[in-house]
Amino acid sequence: MRTFLIIYVFIVVATVSILGFRGSTSKKPPLEIFPDMDRQARYKPQAENQFFADGRNDRPIPINSVARGNYHNQIEVFAEDFSDSYLGDTTYNIGKSSDGEFVQKIPIKASNELMQLGHLKYDIFCTTCHGAAGDGNGVVKQYGVLAATYHDDRLRDAEDGYLYDVISNGKGLMYGLKDRMSPKERWAVVLYMRALQTSQNAQASDLSAAQRLDLGF
Amino acid sequence: MANIFPRWVNTLPIKIIIGIILVKTAIVLGVTYYFTPKFTRVGYAPTQPVAFSHALHSGQLEIDCRYCHTFVDRSEHSNVPGSNVCMSCHSMVRKDDPQLALIRDSYESGDPVPWVRIHKTPDYVYFNHSVHVNRGISCVECHGRIDQMEVVEHAMPLSMGFCLECHRNPEEYIRPVEEVYNLDWERPETEEYKEVATGFVHDWKINPPQSCSGCHR
Repeated sequence: MRTFLIIYVFIVVATVSILGFRGSTSKKPPLEIFPDMDRQARYKPQAENQFFADGRNDRPIPINSVARGNYHNQIEVFAEDFSDSYLGDTTYNIGKSSDGEFVQKIPIKASNELMQLGHLKYDIFCTTCHGAAGDGNGVVKQYGVLAATYHDDRLRDAEDGYLYDVISNGKGLMYGLKDRMSPKERWAVVLYMRALQTSQNAQASDLSAAQRLDLGF
Repeated sequence: MANIFPRWVNTLPIKIIIGIILVKTAIVLGVTYYFTPKFTRVGYAPTQPVAFSHALHSGQLEIDCRYCHTFVDRSEHSNVPGSNVCMSCHSMVRKDDPQLALIRDSYESGDPVPWVRIHKTPDYVYFNHSVHVNRGISCVECHGRIDQMEVVEHAMPLSMGFCLECHRNPEEYIRPVEEVYNLDWERPETEEYKEVATGFVHDWKINPPQSCSGCHR
């Protein structure tokens, strides 16, 4: 009995010391005790695939094709002045009219919803560098990121299409965001940027008499 | 008549019984404790090819989750960003740091960075990120305080019991939609908030499936 107990305690202590406790960190991949059909040969997003030469599952968009439901590459496929009731037109997608000029005004109807969308996307993608107020004082300024302020005449007078183009394709040190925002979202950000500009550059005379009274001017 | 069995045999049955009880208890406790994702998965923290710190980027700089994991609210898959996203800042910040060499190479060549995947549901589980984050289930519920992790580790078991726990009582895990990406948010422990949460579940028509085919399609 004594030998048994000694062996028993030894095995228990050995198991606990080898396996450790719950929640302890490990660099080894999780043990799958009953693998069942946990890992199947199927296509998973962003996964590896030895079938293709470049080893990835996600295939690049073939040239002269439009990705279903995601037509960011539309201009690579269609002419500049292309227009379609479903795909929209290239002015909407690239912010330039057919003669290559930037469009003056946002080509979709401004609404409160669009402004909310713009605010949301601005907070995600722009505040880090340009700051919540668009003054170029984002949180990464201390690390040496240079970002433009929206509150100067150059950007106040710029066409909406120009702002859209910079958001899409970047400019100077800024990288484009068209892979992460749909055309509608980019136009929404343009709208929100205009609101930010107004917020820092409004005159009392821009308000109606009632609004001025309300604010006590 | 001489004894057939020696005297020590008298205690043998009780010793055997005690032995069996001890061995079975150890096996049952061991399996309960170790044969579960709470042990096998939790704490998995592989070394990544680039020592990206979520604690710095998400915690300290407060960059929104969606700046990098952009399509989490539109897709079943929460994407790992391309190296162009890293380069948006790191073309200026630490642009010659040897730790980021892999990112720069990836951006130049177009080859993906071989990040090590940590959270994996089994392949017979159809989990959709977008439906969860758009209905008030925060990242933190399944991934833990990523914004405090220097090295990301598997924080929750992600077992079927873990899923069902929330699917049975969504009101205990739901939060206002605007706080989904705020991992720091604390759920108020008040009766009023419980009513509000129950209201979310009712108003957003949340009916999490508990049937097998809800997730195992």
